[in-house]
Amino acid sequence: MSERIEALARNVDAHLEGRARRLPSLADELALEVEPAALLAACRLLRDTPGLQFDTLIDVCGVDYLDYGRDQWRTNSATRSGFSRGVDRNAPHAAAEPGRFAVVYHLLSVALNQRVRVSVRCAGGDDPIVDSVVGVWAAANWFEREAFDLFGILFNGHPDLRRILTDYGFIGYPFRKDFPLIGNVEVRYDAEKGRVVYEPVSIEPRTLVPRVIRGDTLDG
Amino acid sequence: MAEIRNFTMNFGPQHPAAHGVLRLVLEMDGEVITKADPHIGLLHRGTEKLAESKPFNQSIGYMDRLDYVSMMCNEHAYVMAIERLLGVTVPERAQYIRVMFDEVTRILNHLMWLGAHGLDIGAMTVFLLCFKEREDLMDCYEAVSGTRMHATYYRPGGVYRDLPAGMPKYQASKWRSQKDADRLNEARSGSLLDFLADFTRRLPKAIDDVETLLTDNRIWKQRTVNIGVVSPERALQLGFTGPMIRGSGIAWDLRKKQPYDVYDRVDFDIPVGVNGDCYDRYLVRVEEMRQSNRIVAQCIEWLRANPGPVMVDSRKLRPPRREEMKDDMESLIHHFKLFTEGYCVPEGETYAAVEAPKGEFGVYLVSDGANKPYRLKCRAPGFAHLASLAEMVEGHMLADVVAMIGTQDIVFGEVDR
Repeated sequence: MSERIEALARNVDAHLEGRARRLPSLADELALEVEPAALLAACRLLRDTPGLQFDTLIDVCGVDYLDYGRDQWRTNSATRSGFSRGVDRNAPHAAAEPGRFAVVYHLLSVALNQRVRVSVRCAGGDDPIVDSVVGVWAAANWFEREAFDLFGILFNGHPDLRRILTDYGFIGYPFRKDFPLIGNVEVRYDAEKGRVVYEPVSIEPRTLVPRVIRGDTLDG
Repeated sequence: MAEIRNFTMNFGPQHPAAHGVLRLVLEMDGEVITKADPHIGLLHRGTEKLAESKPFNQSIGYMDRLDYVSMMCNEHAYVMAIERLLGVTVPERAQYIRVMFDEVTRILNHLMWLGAHGLDIGAMTVFLLCFKEREDLMDCYEAVSGTRMHATYYRPGGVYRDLPAGMPKYQASKWRSQKDADRLNEARSGSLLDFLADFTRRLPKAIDDVETLLTDNRIWKQRTVNIGVVSPERALQLGFTGPMIRGSGIAWDLRKKQPYDVYDRVDFDIPVGVNGDCYDRYLVRVEEMRQSNRIVAQCIEWLRANPGPVMVDSRKLRPPRREEMKDDMESLIHHFKLFTEGYCVPEGETYAAVEAPKGEFGVYLVSDGANKPYRLKCRAPGFAHLASLAEMVEGHMLADVVAMIGTQDIVFGEVDR
């Protein structure tokens, strides 16, 4: 399996002419990173080059790397009073940097039975923008709408960039790491007004299990 | 002369043929559709975001609730993604159990689809016939996991427990005589495998019964033949998978092309359509049920002959047995840690896909080394299929919309996530 992946990686390298950089991945997967400016050209090449022929776009997925590698509970070192306790809900998030958001494309070649994962770090910190691949694969349409809806990633050249999963009139981008899990508003039916009303959330956010990073192996 | 103009019609979200909460805004020219705009998201629960806030194992149950008529297949993709990052190999018996239940799930899903699709187009009897068979498979789910639908049975590293030696039985009551209960319990006297083996012998006949009603039925053909034709090229462009792409004549099935677990050791065929219309997709799905039935029978045979562990032997993944916990403090600690904090998954990302009954269900998992996923993305086949609905219905009559929603096998649990 990994031999096939190596052959594919060499093939991609030869045809993409430095447009894509290989990312570390599991042995039987191939992951690439493409600069935003080279995305469309790279996608066209991946689709049309014989030997690559990635004819199907399986998925487009947004990722927010804001809190990547940050845990909520230090477990490696103890102070005189013991380990750290509880979770600080008001801990500030890291400052948004360019490259905070990534868009990950999963490509599949039905003709040659091979897969590749292409990721792009979006330009622009809090207003990420990247070129739309709808012109290359029609399937990208809704997937890109979803990434726009949930992460606020703008897709340059998308024919119909509307929200898709969230409520009509929703404010904010819910899958961003700095968007609270319980949201900002709640709805209920108001009998007096005779309609559904929106109010600020009344429930207290809780963290039942803190996020820890131990770095140990399975049977350690 | 009267003024003729297009009008806009709202279909759903509470329409019974919308298969859940689909809202379609249709622009009509008389009875012909000129433009369709599906509005989705009415069932959006933020499953992926919720999963980011919980240890890995606690999200297995959420996977059931995505595509809620093919529960275990969703779990399969999720636990496979975790296993890939952890680098564990699942015991062979657990792999066979998973394959068997994946196929049970496929039959479950296709029976549900066939019944509902028939009902949408006006064949009432089919619905009853399909649900009668479904009931037995639900009982298998119940026997193995305790619940009829949302099983939460698969675990990273295997399955939660081995197959039970007995089936739940009916009891006589005010509404059911002893004679009826005995008749129903006849197949349930043995183990789960005996019950399933009996089922696999009965199913072909049940499918024949349904096919007698539909396959050559003039009304059924009028409603499905040449409706919603998708060419193979277009199917690839639109990201179709599963029966949708096979209906268009492309023999693509992950179970054959990229086999996972023990699919490379069971014998089955891939049915393929010719015209890419609703009728072909119907034929493909019906044949898939027969093939799944074959796989289940092969798995039963293997499972009967080969007892063994069903869970990888790792203290971080497998909860310790009760007896161990009574006199071994370390086991108690491992138990406590597993059910509170969970286990940490090494940093990395992976994509694991299974051939779910509706198409390719994939899980893209990014881990930063924590006990919770950093990002989880479920690639739902229905999402890509529904995205093409607007294109498929254009130029068709209003009544065909219902046939096309049916043929796509849409379930909103997975589309909206």
